[in-house]
Amino acid sequence: MFMSSDIATPGTTPERHIVQPGDAQHPIVLSTEDLHVFYGDKEALSEGDLKFARNQITALIGASGSGKSTFLRSLNRMNDRIATVKGRIMYRGVDINQPDIDVYEMRRRIGMVFQRPNPFAKSIYDNIAFALRLRGITAKNKLDEIVETSLRQAALWDQVKDELDKSALALSGGQAQRLCIARAIAVKPDVLLLDEPASALDPVSTSQLEDTLLKLKQHYTIIIVTHNMQQAARISEYTAFFNQGRVLEYDTTSQIFTNPQVQVTSDYVSGNFG
Amino acid sequence: MTKSPEQLEQELKRRSKAAKLEIWGRVVSFSALILIVAVVVAIIGFVASKGLATFTTNHVNLWDFLSGKNWNPSLTDAHGKPEVGALSMIVGSFLITVLSAIVATPFAIGTAVFMNEISPNRGAKILQPVTELLVGIPSVVYGFIGLSVVVPFTRSVFGGSGFGILSGTCVLFVMILPTVTSMSADALRAVPRYYREASLALGATQWQTIYKVVLRAATPGLMTAVVFGMARAFGEALAVQMVIGNAALMPQSLVDPAATLTSVLTTGIGNTVMGSLQNNALWSLALVLLLMSLVFNLIIRLIGRKGRLQ
Repeated sequence: MFMSSDIATPGTTPERHIVQPGDAQHPIVLSTEDLHVFYGDKEALSEGDLKFARNQITALIGASGSGKSTFLRSLNRMNDRIATVKGRIMYRGVDINQPDIDVYEMRRRIGMVFQRPNPFAKSIYDNIAFALRLRGITAKNKLDEIVETSLRQAALWDQVKDELDKSALALSGGQAQRLCIARAIAVKPDVLLLDEPASALDPVSTSQLEDTLLKLKQHYTIIIVTHNMQQAARISEYTAFFNQGRVLEYDTTSQIFTNPQVQVTSDYVSGNFG
Repeated sequence: MTKSPEQLEQELKRRSKAAKLEIWGRVVSFSALILIVAVVVAIIGFVASKGLATFTTNHVNLWDFLSGKNWNPSLTDAHGKPEVGALSMIVGSFLITVLSAIVATPFAIGTAVFMNEISPNRGAKILQPVTELLVGIPSVVYGFIGLSVVVPFTRSVFGGSGFGILSGTCVLFVMILPTVTSMSADALRAVPRYYREASLALGATQWQTIYKVVLRAATPGLMTAVVFGMARAFGEALAVQMVIGNAALMPQSLVDPAATLTSVLTTGIGNTVMGSLQNNALWSLALVLLLMSLVFNLIIRLIGRKGRLQ
């Protein structure tokens, strides 16, 4: 267990190091202020205040149980039913952690892809059309068009264009995960949250997924939780390091991996953790 | 110390205590299986031999039995043939089964959705024990309540004697509701959590998620639950017999006295002599019941297999 006192000699390294991301081209889209997440009486996240810049990929890294997934799932309030989330989640100037926010409308803008590929037991086409139909888009040509563009953006179109009627459960893990991304971007979200999207995939599928994410960056703000530090280093502009329910360091990815300011971060990224 | 291969072989081939216990365990469980199979085969064989005697010994035409509307085994008709037409009972049984399933299904699925999706905490605390309690109430209690509450009620509202298909449906509805509810709840529980998460993350409301994702995914399980309830309704004897009126007539309306296969069996079987036509005819009804429950079982298995293949 790491206490701040046994991290390092006081004075040589700071206990926390948080920078402000973003610039004129990449303004802040999403930020958290004074965010606390409780499971029952247990506080799973205490100091988790971060800002996310537009059209950038931010990676959240840290050991299991460090609070990074809890943080991510709180951002589009997927934790509402199992946890108490206190504090403000500012999305383009609006606090979306208020009771009267329509979470369904908010989740269209802040989409999510999960660790395990979770396509519905429907056809590939219907998987993507699902959320569109819920929103009243039923015209065939409109649906066709969105299905195609979404699959193209997710780099899956060429592989499945002739079998859109096939069950999505027949896809390989990597394809299924890209289908889930296509499904999430079909409703044209603004922010895309990914919870360890590559952890169930083989290296080839992982690399394809990473290429896809790098392309998607032009259109979306991406926040990705990952256990794979190489992955964070390969694709993200910013990296946040979580430890025991707190963000200890938040900086550009190159800084985090080459010149971490906090001793615990340094231990973690160099593999000396624990 | 090294052992010679012979010594080692001897040690490895010697039956240890654990190995003997293993054989003993297999013998015990296999004999239990044999006993169960023997009992089932014996029952089917006995019912079949008795039930078929109507057609072999008493030379009743199978078609007359299945399509005849007059049931009065102790009398013969104008042609000297015994009146053993079972159609009115078969219709009565099916009618009461289908009607009670139609009434029970929406309530059962609604309750299961509430228990599982909308309020899992209260569902587990209140509805689960209530459902289990309802399953445990003996059928004679249901029949008695039907007799003293439902029958007078239908009599005063719909006229007639109050005995009939409608009263039987009401009683069976309450009887199969807990079975269908708890099996529906199991079916909903078997839908993976990530289906719900996927749907919610796409901005679907909870109701949209239940309706478009959870219920769709659970459909094979829900169908199994309904068929299971129907099988139970089809086989229920006592409670039905108490409220249906036991008149082996073709049901003309829902409030006329009618009969089911089971109600005729329970009222008649004590009043006949073994080996007589009257007795054999009742065994034929029992055979129909048995075959129908096999069909229900088959349907449940087919649905289950189809569900797995999805």
